[in-house]
Amino acid sequence: MVALRELAQLIRSKNAGMFELTVDVMFPDAAAFDFVVDSGVLDRELAARLFGVDAADVQIFLYRPAYAIKFSFPRPVACGDPADSDLFGGQQFAGLVNLDIPGDFVAGSRVGAH
Amino acid sequence: MTTMRYLAPTGMLGGGFNAEYFAEALASGLDFIACDSGSIDGGPANLGGNIPFFSRDGVKRDLRLLLIGARSLDIPLLIGSCGGSGGRWNLNWVREIVEEIAGEEGLHFTLATIDAEPDRAVLLERFGSGRVHPLTNAPAIDKSTFTDAAHIVAMMGTEPYVEALAAGADVVLAGRSSDAALFAAIPVSRGLPPGLAWHAAKIMECGGSAVVQMDNVDGMICTITDEYFDLEPTHPEHRCSEVSIASHSLYETSNPFEMYEPGGVMRLQNVEFEQLTDRVVRVRGSEYTPAETYTVKLEGATLIGYRAMVLGGITDPAILDRFDEWLESGKRAVIEAADRTIGHLDPAPYSIVYRVYGRDAVIPRAGSRLPSDASEVGLLVTVTADSQKIASTVASQAAFTLLHLRVPEWHGLVSNLAYAFAPHVTDLGPGYSFVFNHVVELDSPTELFPVTLREV
Repeated sequence: MVALRELAQLIRSKNAGMFELTVDVMFPDAAAFDFVVDSGVLDRELAARLFGVDAADVQIFLYRPAYAIKFSFPRPVACGDPADSDLFGGQQFAGLVNLDIPGDFVAGSRVGAH
Repeated sequence: MTTMRYLAPTGMLGGGFNAEYFAEALASGLDFIACDSGSIDGGPANLGGNIPFFSRDGVKRDLRLLLIGARSLDIPLLIGSCGGSGGRWNLNWVREIVEEIAGEEGLHFTLATIDAEPDRAVLLERFGSGRVHPLTNAPAIDKSTFTDAAHIVAMMGTEPYVEALAAGADVVLAGRSSDAALFAAIPVSRGLPPGLAWHAAKIMECGGSAVVQMDNVDGMICTITDEYFDLEPTHPEHRCSEVSIASHSLYETSNPFEMYEPGGVMRLQNVEFEQLTDRVVRVRGSEYTPAETYTVKLEGATLIGYRAMVLGGITDPAILDRFDEWLESGKRAVIEAADRTIGHLDPAPYSIVYRVYGRDAVIPRAGSRLPSDASEVGLLVTVTADSQKIASTVASQAAFTLLHLRVPEWHGLVSNLAYAFAPHVTDLGPGYSFVFNHVVELDSPTELFPVTLREV
C-alpha cells in the first residue's frame, strides 16, 4: 500500500466556473499514473464520498499528456454564496492526499496491483 | 507561412510583472500585447457591487508599462474583462485609469471600449423565445432573474475585438470576455488556424503561469504559425516543460479535451507537445470545431442581502469536549437574543451561518466531530439580513450571547470566545449571488457588444 501523496506531484482543487469544482491529481511519470489508474481506486464512488456529491454527477478524465486524473462535479454551493466557505475552491482535495493505493509501487516499474 | 508573435505580460492585470523582462520582450519584436483583467474567483461581489478585483495602484502600474510599451512599438494592446467582472462600471474604471496615464505620459492613441452589459429587454426576448440555455448545474431562472440582477454581463468572443481593431483602435478595453478570445482575436482574424490560435490563447490567458515552478507570475511570449505554436516565458529563470504546458489544459476547466468558447469548441485530443529548448515548448495538433449556433455565456449577480460577521477562538476543554451540544445550545440562544432585540418576525429577516474551523468549516460533512485532541477551534458566525442594520444587530447579539453562553461544567459567568480584533463585530456590506450558468444565442457575434471609439 502506498499513499497517493507519495505517488503524485500535485493534488489540487479549483473552481471550474462558479458552479463546478474540479480536482486534479497529477503524477510525475507514466509509471505512477498507470499504477494509480490501474488500481481502480479513484472512481466516481470515491469522488462522491469525498466531495459530497452524487456519483452520477461526477466526471472523470484520464489526461495522459500531463499524467493526470481529473474529477469534475457540480459545486454543492455556488462560488461566493453565503453558505460557500471556499471562494476559490482551492482546499477541497484533502481527502485524497493520504488515500491508500493498494499494491507495491517501485519507481519506474510496477509491482503488484494486477 | 504566416507567423505572429505576441505577449501576455502577466496572468491578471494588476498582478504585476517584471519591467526589465517586459522591456526585453518588447525589444524581441511583437505583433500585439494582450492581458486578461477578469476573474470570477473573487465571487459575485465584483460584478454585483462594482468592485475591482485588483487595487487601483496595481492596475495603474501595469497599465502604464503596457501603454508606453505598446505605443512605442505601435502595436495593439488588448485588455479583456476589465476591472475583474467586465461590467460597465468596472470597464469605465479601467478606462479612466488609461486616460489618466495617457495624460501623465503625453500618449495619444485611438481607444476603443467594448461594453458587455446587454440591454435587459434583449435578454428577456431571447429567454422568452427559448434561446437561453442552461449549462452544468445551472440555477433555475425566470423573467425576474433578468430584471432583478444588479448586473448581467455577456462573455464576448473574438469578433468585437476584431471590429474595434478594424475601426482603427490602438488600445482596446473590453468588458466581459472569454479569457481566451482576447488572445485568439488577432491570430484568428489573420487567418491562422483556429485550433492553434484558441489553444495558444487558452494557455496565454494566464500569462506565464504554465511554467514548471514560479514564485511570482510573469509573462509568456507565444509565436504562432500555420503549423504550431511555441511558448516561451519572459522570466529568464522560468521554464516551460511539456508537462507544464499540457497540465495547463486542466487548470480551472472541467474537461481537458473539449473547451467551449463563443462560436465553437476547442478539441485537444490530438495535441502533441515537443520540448524545443530547455525553456520553450512547441505545440501542434490542436483542433477547433465551429458551433452550429453562436452562443455566449451570461453572468449575473443579484443582491441577496447585507452581511456582518464575528470570528472568535475557543480553547476551553470543557467546551471542546462537548462542542456540538454547546454550539447547538448557542444557536438557540442567539436566535432568542436576536428576536428580543429586533422583534420576532416570520420569516426572520436574517439568516445565520456557523462555521467551525478545526471541524468542518471548509469541507462540510454531516456528522463531523471535533478531533478528540483538538486544542482550539475557530468559530465564524456570518449573518445575512435584509438590511445592514439588522445584520450588524444580529451579529452583535451573537457575539455577546456566545461569549457568555453557559458551559454546563462551570458555574458562574464565562467568556468563551477569544476575539483577535476590535471592534469584534465586522460589517461585510452587501452580498450577492451568481444567478446564471447559461448561454444565450446570438444573431450576430457582435450584437451585444457595442464598440465606442475615442481619441485620447
